[in-house]
Amino acid sequence: MSENMVIDSGNARQPFNYSVGLYGSKFFKELKENKRFLGVKCPKCSKVYIPPRKVCGECFIETREFVEVGPRGKIGSFTILRYAFIDPETGEQKPVPYGYGFIRLDGADTLFQHYINISDENKVKIGAIVEPVFAENRKGTIRDILHFNIVD
Amino acid sequence: MENAAIIGIGMTKIEANKVRETFADMVWEAVNKALNDAQMTINDIDNIITTSNDFWDGRTISCMAVGDASGARNKNVSCVEGDGTFGAFYGLTRVLSGSYGTTLVTAHSKGSESISSLITNAAFDPIYDRSLGMDMITACAMQATAYMYRTGTTSKQIAQVSVKNHGNAKNNPMSQLPMDITVEDVLNSEMISDPLHKLDCSPVSDGCCAIIIANKDRALKYNDKPVWIKGVSFCSDSYFLGDRDLSKAASLTKATNAAYKMAGINNPKDEIQVAELYDAFTYQELMWLEAMGLCDDGKGSELLENKYFDIGGKLPVNPSGGLLSGHPVIAAGLIRIAEIVKQLRGEAGKYQVHGAKLGVAQGVNGLAGQSHCVWVLGKEK
Repeated sequence: MSENMVIDSGNARQPFNYSVGLYGSKFFKELKENKRFLGVKCPKCSKVYIPPRKVCGECFIETREFVEVGPRGKIGSFTILRYAFIDPETGEQKPVPYGYGFIRLDGADTLFQHYINISDENKVKIGAIVEPVFAENRKGTIRDILHFNIVD
Repeated sequence: MENAAIIGIGMTKIEANKVRETFADMVWEAVNKALNDAQMTINDIDNIITTSNDFWDGRTISCMAVGDASGARNKNVSCVEGDGTFGAFYGLTRVLSGSYGTTLVTAHSKGSESISSLITNAAFDPIYDRSLGMDMITACAMQATAYMYRTGTTSKQIAQVSVKNHGNAKNNPMSQLPMDITVEDVLNSEMISDPLHKLDCSPVSDGCCAIIIANKDRALKYNDKPVWIKGVSFCSDSYFLGDRDLSKAASLTKATNAAYKMAGINNPKDEIQVAELYDAFTYQELMWLEAMGLCDDGKGSELLENKYFDIGGKLPVNPSGGLLSGHPVIAAGLIRIAEIVKQLRGEAGKYQVHGAKLGVAQGVNGLAGQSHCVWVLGKEK
């Protein structure tokens, strides 16, 4: 027996079926079928939230009104990832570098996170205007958006 | 508040890979050190809180796996999932309830056993965020971008936090990464995720910490060097990162103000002599300092340049070396508390802040500082 024995967990998996909920289902249906972004508006403070959720945490009140936001928006913050990272979807290493951003979609009060196309790194700035590029075959997931492009 | 004190502390050395030890082995070491420090036996412990995280431990109900090593057999033991400061908060409330005279609190994790980025990726919402592959580093990189944009703080300035804390660690035998480095070394280290270089980030670490909290009567019965809990509070912000102004730590400001109020502190800049903060990344030390009112908003970098936060400065911050020099998740916040206890007792050896009478420790739970727990500790009751 070696002095410092370790036990490998192997390829153990814990599969889940996460409920998307009614709000999420509506959001992904609009995204898939009409390439539109849906947020929800708080009846009390009027804040527009994306992704849509049932509760405004600030007001502790149920949101019911869906409002369309985007598709364009502005970068609120960003990073360019340069270290190798395993894609949790595929288990494969993702090619680097790639961009992430928090995007304030037009009409929304909260920021939406997604990939940002960094083909021209100099243009990736807070305040830059972006627009989404959608997948051809959309499945009703967050990856129906491929990434956001910076608009000149 | 003057109803409870910390009377024992114990910690393992922080290391990159404690391959010889299980979680329970680390807990055993820290618990026995804390009992010895307090001059107590396990029979003097009325109840126990263990702090752990199931994903990091790779098992469910992970807290129970360290029950025996923390002396919980035949005792009331409860668990907190999150940073050790939150476990300690629960332990304190149990003492203050009057049901228990003493609480032993443990916190452990081993970053070496898993792939950190996959663990922190799993903290993201599985419906909207997780499949994009974001993890703690990328989330914090975006927070750094937002903070630096708002305050005008530069990469060169945040790099100085790394220089200071790795330098402080040279005097702390428990730290993982004591290093003599320069600002240029930080800026020349690999860019991980803009604007964070490798040396702007804390390492992956293994470690455990234990503390013993006692009510005011029991506090004076054992080793006769209680450190009094003057004020404690925690506060949480929104779960979705996009809901927050990431450039500010509003929940930390709220938690800190409540803790200061409880401690009767009106001018924290003048009244507090030492701080141990959750510097998981360089920029965070400055951001947290500003949110805690320990310096003016956006002015942290300037004071840092003037050595204000050095061990010989007006307010030494992370004299132990901080998380940049060793970051066992979960244990990390409890270590901040234990380090302040050392400082207030005058037992910090070569990194002692002379004359420290009042100190503050901070722990963080959640992505990019979703919730913060703040402890104001005092040498005098």
